[in-house]
Amino acid sequence: MLKKTLIAASVTAALLSSAANAAVEVNWWHAMGGTNTERVNKIAADFNASQSEYKINAVYKGNYTETMTAAIAAFRAKKQPHIVQVFEVGTATMMAAKGAVYPIEQVMNDSGVKLDKSGYLPAVISYYQTPEGELLSMPFNSSTPVLWYNRDAFKKAGVEGAPKTWNDVASTAKKLVDSGMKCGIAVGWQSWGLIENYSAWNNIPLGTKQNGYAGIDTELTFNNKNVTNNLQKLADMQKDGSFTYGGRRGESLAMFTNGECGMWINSSAYYGSIKGQAKFDYAQAMMPFDSNVTDAPQNSIIGGATLWTLKGHKADSYKGVAKFMEYLSSAEVQAWWHQETGYVPITTAAYELSKKQGFYDKNPGTDTAITQLSLNTPTENSRGIRFGNFVQIRDIINAEMEQIWDGSKTAEKAMDDAVAQSNKLLRKFEKANK
Amino acid sequence: MHKRVHYNTSYLPYLLVAPQIIITLLFFIWPAVQALYQSFLLEDAFGLSTEFVWFDNFIDLYHSEQYLGSFARTAFFSVAVAGLSMGMALFFAALADRVIKGSHTYRTLLIIPYAVAPVLAGTLWLFLFNPTLGIVTYFLDAVGIDWNHKLNSSQAMTLVIIAAAWKQVSYNFLFFIAAMHSIPKSLIEASAIDGAGPVHRFLTIIFPLISPTTFFLLVVNIIYAFFDTFGIIHAITAGGPGNSTEILVYKVFNDGFVGLDLGGSAAQSVVLMFIVIVLTVVQFKYVERKVEY
Repeated sequence: MLKKTLIAASVTAALLSSAANAAVEVNWWHAMGGTNTERVNKIAADFNASQSEYKINAVYKGNYTETMTAAIAAFRAKKQPHIVQVFEVGTATMMAAKGAVYPIEQVMNDSGVKLDKSGYLPAVISYYQTPEGELLSMPFNSSTPVLWYNRDAFKKAGVEGAPKTWNDVASTAKKLVDSGMKCGIAVGWQSWGLIENYSAWNNIPLGTKQNGYAGIDTELTFNNKNVTNNLQKLADMQKDGSFTYGGRRGESLAMFTNGECGMWINSSAYYGSIKGQAKFDYAQAMMPFDSNVTDAPQNSIIGGATLWTLKGHKADSYKGVAKFMEYLSSAEVQAWWHQETGYVPITTAAYELSKKQGFYDKNPGTDTAITQLSLNTPTENSRGIRFGNFVQIRDIINAEMEQIWDGSKTAEKAMDDAVAQSNKLLRKFEKANK
Repeated sequence: MHKRVHYNTSYLPYLLVAPQIIITLLFFIWPAVQALYQSFLLEDAFGLSTEFVWFDNFIDLYHSEQYLGSFARTAFFSVAVAGLSMGMALFFAALADRVIKGSHTYRTLLIIPYAVAPVLAGTLWLFLFNPTLGIVTYFLDAVGIDWNHKLNSSQAMTLVIIAAAWKQVSYNFLFFIAAMHSIPKSLIEASAIDGAGPVHRFLTIIFPLISPTTFFLLVVNIIYAFFDTFGIIHAITAGGPGNSTEILVYKVFNDGFVGLDLGGSAAQSVVLMFIVIVLTVVQFKYVERKVEY
């Protein structure tokens, strides 16, 4: 008797609670730490307030690698979130997981939500499209490397304007050092800036098979004369401090902001940090191109992350995903996100809106990244890269580059070694993802 | 009269050891078997396609320059950590053994680092040696040493060795001092009467007599350096710069959890498992029989 009452009570309670939470829950795991956590939470809260059918739960899961690993582990345990934020080097891994990933274009189509791909910046979405043009994941936070420079130091050294080519960079760096600076130029995320984007910007391939877009039987080919000559030139520039190595990630930021280095190549998303730290007049300009390779730059490729949808949930929750993506890419949300964070707006409408709001007039140079990304229609060499095991490959490239900087290898030897080791990992990836 | 506890059934002893057996099976044997099985598989990160590849993962390891490099690095690292921490501990124990006043305080202070978690120990040393803020870096700069373990691989290695050794000194100290206490006082006194000084007594009486402990500690320290230093390395260098501080256990983590190469990572942990088995066998075989001297 008592048992029956208890069951009845719990059933009623369950019914009541499901009636109270009629909204379909959609879980979103992201990797945006610090103040960006609040911004992500705001986006989720605003979306939830805008309608009552769906509820987005934004959960911070640690840095990019941790978030991706957590999502994969959760998938294996059948507890995956609907949406997970994955950084660009994880793209090939996600793409290859056909049984796990629900391409965003399909999500939108299946839910009857319109996806206007022409409204997105080509350089941003082409990174995440199949060769047939299907969009796999929704771009969220994207940036690209730009050239940051110290205007005060330039003035003191008598340099007019930002250097346009790598030859200009060398002569400018020399002048900066001659004027008493400790270092001419430093570079953050060196593989991304000096190899991946160097190749795209100068419109040369990084690997075969359209940089991996056309198949996983791809091979890396960045051990070419163009790349190695440029790296060797930088290595030689170390003698007088014209170039100084400052670490694999963004550590060299301090070298730029404390006035040690007059130029710095790294992500446009450092805008906020530089604004807060630099006590001099700074500016950003487009990355230098290599005049030995091309007459004009192509377009740069992005870094950052996109939102992937994982399979295995009920159909109605995917409608929530589609609605949320629509909201997320609306011009208002995108323009706000772009102006707050320094990431690139993903749609032309958001760019136009920021322009109209006068953001670029008030903050000159903040449109450098977007100009650079949309300078030309992306080619096979410049729409992005798609190589498996790329997290480890970047490690290999970094280790080999460090051997160039410490003089234990020539650029040619280091890049040959990096390519040989990386191709082994690509073969392994191919074997694992047949 | 005597009281005799009598059990009719024979399941009680099994019941009593069951918790231990279950824990061992659940947390040691099962994962080990899983790792062994995984090491024969080639699998994508999501576990969607799985292929049994026999020893391919091991063959890949054998041909991987990075892995072999990591092996050599780990050997150097563990010998350096064991040597440094045991050397320091022996020195402290020899001194503390002779202290009469306040010996308790000395011992307590020397044991404290053992209570510090590896990650905290790492962070502590990281602060001391921080290239821009560190106090030690400041003094090093004053004597003309440009310290930057983020870029300089030998400095990075030095730093993780110091941090790992520091944390293990307490443990070694405890064992050394216990071993020294178990030496019969009469032996020491006899040699003192014969005119042997403290250093001479240490070298000819104490050191040989504690050699079983020394050997035991050597094995334990090598195992410590192989496995328990993960937190320290993760906090201080994360394996860099280059791969200069990526020891085997860190590579297992990096390839498995960062690179998502599960088969390769599992194969590496199987290799590590065999190393531990060998070390344990060596320890049981020789330590139990006592070292000859």
